[in-house]
Amino acid sequence: MLLFIEQCLNGIQLGLLLFLLAAGLTLVFGIMDLVNLAHGSLYMLGAYFAATFTALTGTFIGGIFLALIATLLVGMAVEVIALRRLYGRDHLDHVLGTFGLILFSNEMVRLIWGPAGLRVALPDWLLRPVEFIPGVFYPSYRLLIIAVALAVAGLLYFMVMRTRIGMLIRAGASNREMISALGINIKLLYTFVFGIGAALAGLAGMMQAPILTVQIGMGENILILAFVVIIIGGIGSIRGAFVAAILVGLIDTVGRSFLPEILKLFLSNQAASTAAPALSSMLIYIVMAAVLVLRPQGLFPAAGK
Amino acid sequence: MRFVTVRNIVVAALLIFLALVPIYSTMSGNMFLMTLFTRIVILAIAAVSLNLIMGFGGMVSFGHAAYLGIGGYVFGSMATEGITSGFIQWPLALAVCALFALITGALSLRTRGVYFIMITLAFAQMIYYVAVSLDKYGGDDGLTIYTRSQFAGLIDLSNRVVFYYVCFASLLGAIYLVWRIVNSRFGMVIQGARSNDRRMQSIGFPTYRYRLTCFVIAGMMCGLAGVLLANQADFISPATMHWTRSGDLIVMAVLGGMGSVIGPVLGAVALLVLEETLPHIISVIGGALTGQSMAAAREYWALVLGPMLLLVVLFARGGIDGILTGRHRG
Repeated sequence: MLLFIEQCLNGIQLGLLLFLLAAGLTLVFGIMDLVNLAHGSLYMLGAYFAATFTALTGTFIGGIFLALIATLLVGMAVEVIALRRLYGRDHLDHVLGTFGLILFSNEMVRLIWGPAGLRVALPDWLLRPVEFIPGVFYPSYRLLIIAVALAVAGLLYFMVMRTRIGMLIRAGASNREMISALGINIKLLYTFVFGIGAALAGLAGMMQAPILTVQIGMGENILILAFVVIIIGGIGSIRGAFVAAILVGLIDTVGRSFLPEILKLFLSNQAASTAAPALSSMLIYIVMAAVLVLRPQGLFPAAGK
Repeated sequence: MRFVTVRNIVVAALLIFLALVPIYSTMSGNMFLMTLFTRIVILAIAAVSLNLIMGFGGMVSFGHAAYLGIGGYVFGSMATEGITSGFIQWPLALAVCALFALITGALSLRTRGVYFIMITLAFAQMIYYVAVSLDKYGGDDGLTIYTRSQFAGLIDLSNRVVFYYVCFASLLGAIYLVWRIVNSRFGMVIQGARSNDRRMQSIGFPTYRYRLTCFVIAGMMCGLAGVLLANQADFISPATMHWTRSGDLIVMAVLGGMGSVIGPVLGAVALLVLEETLPHIISVIGGALTGQSMAAAREYWALVLGPMLLLVVLFARGGIDGILTGRHRG
């Protein structure tokens, strides 16, 4: 039971990280109709920036703060220089162009930071496990990730649903011509949205940095997970992304730890131990395929599309 | 219709060049060139097959590398089990690919657009993880294959020149097949369904069945490329079906130009030759500009290739084929 609670928490934590990535992806996808494969590169950049700035400033929080601003700026610059020109094009053009961006950013990172992986050290106060239910200890840093991601999710929801800028974003998503005819600078709005998405992806990377090794190509596998999330959730829907991210995080983590036991109930020990790793890695893709077959538009199709 | 156009001359020159590669290699002793071009020819088959569904059928599959892996793994696992006859291995590999394409296609074709891209990716990821978990056949590290396919002494695949021509003949066969398909009634229905599926249905074509058949054919063609690829490398690993490899195939098709049957071949040659030669070009140009040895710069070829892809997307729509014909997509 303790293990189950712990695994659920791990699952929620993974899910919330995925949400940070997927939120930017789904905003860019839903509003600008841009398939951005290079979103994972922003995640990677965030982690590298965090490593550098943490070493530079000597404090973890300061490093994260600077890295957040840096990823935001890089994201906006990439949008202005390259991606802006891809809006309104075929999705295939997006795939090709942003694939080129992945190659470029991987190489750029290698040029600047070198091929070896980096590590980010945590301050002492984040290393101690917390006993949050009597008898259940959980690493405090992972709890912090959960708290920060929840706060960001709330903030994002507030921004999109309750503020003027969120209203413009939603309006831009449903009718681009109309909103620019009303005198809104849609280009600036798009750059802003892309920057927010980049910063969110970077934040996910930064928070993963102390847990994983910061390395080239780290964004590529998690990018696919993020795509799975936005497809399950329905493209363009933040709420869908949130639900789907938690779902994917939980299924993946809990599946990995308990599937071997479950399979052993039906299969021989040996068959179970061979089948379990494959099946647990496949689990989320099976869920996604099932969702698409049953609801081709995802669980929460964005309104007005 | 004129036959002597810039594009036709380039295509003819390319095919003649591809046909002559082994002769040049054996005469000059430059075996590396032949190894490189064997790989290029094999991947060109995969790109041509992808283009059949993507360019003509409008079915953007982001999981096409799965067939490379399935073909390779069927061949590899049989070779490991001692069944080395190509007469058994090859048809079986194609049959497994057809089955996989039939099942995944039947489900995927219920979706449209981006959702189709992503569901094909999901199926490819599933088969990728199956391969990773195949401990008996190497798992994550991949499987070394000790015997190439045997054809009862008729064709000796361990002879590099013979192997090259088998691949080249397969490529020509693939191009011919796609060309025939595209210009047939079947191909017209496929292209009609790409432009307007609903209209095709309302004039009485069961487009779902047509598209599914097309999807299966493309999967089998790519499976053949997979068998060849594993034969060439004497090795197969899950990395063959990593999603970035599917991305590579899309890049080849789009870079070459999806509007024509031959475009993906141009794209495959251009992309892989660039990957191979850019390091040299960078170090030579860099050296000439700065007057210093730029050997270190060779590592960073992707720094040039990435923006080049972006520029092709932005300014050369219709890919290389579009540039050559002066016809632009969109």
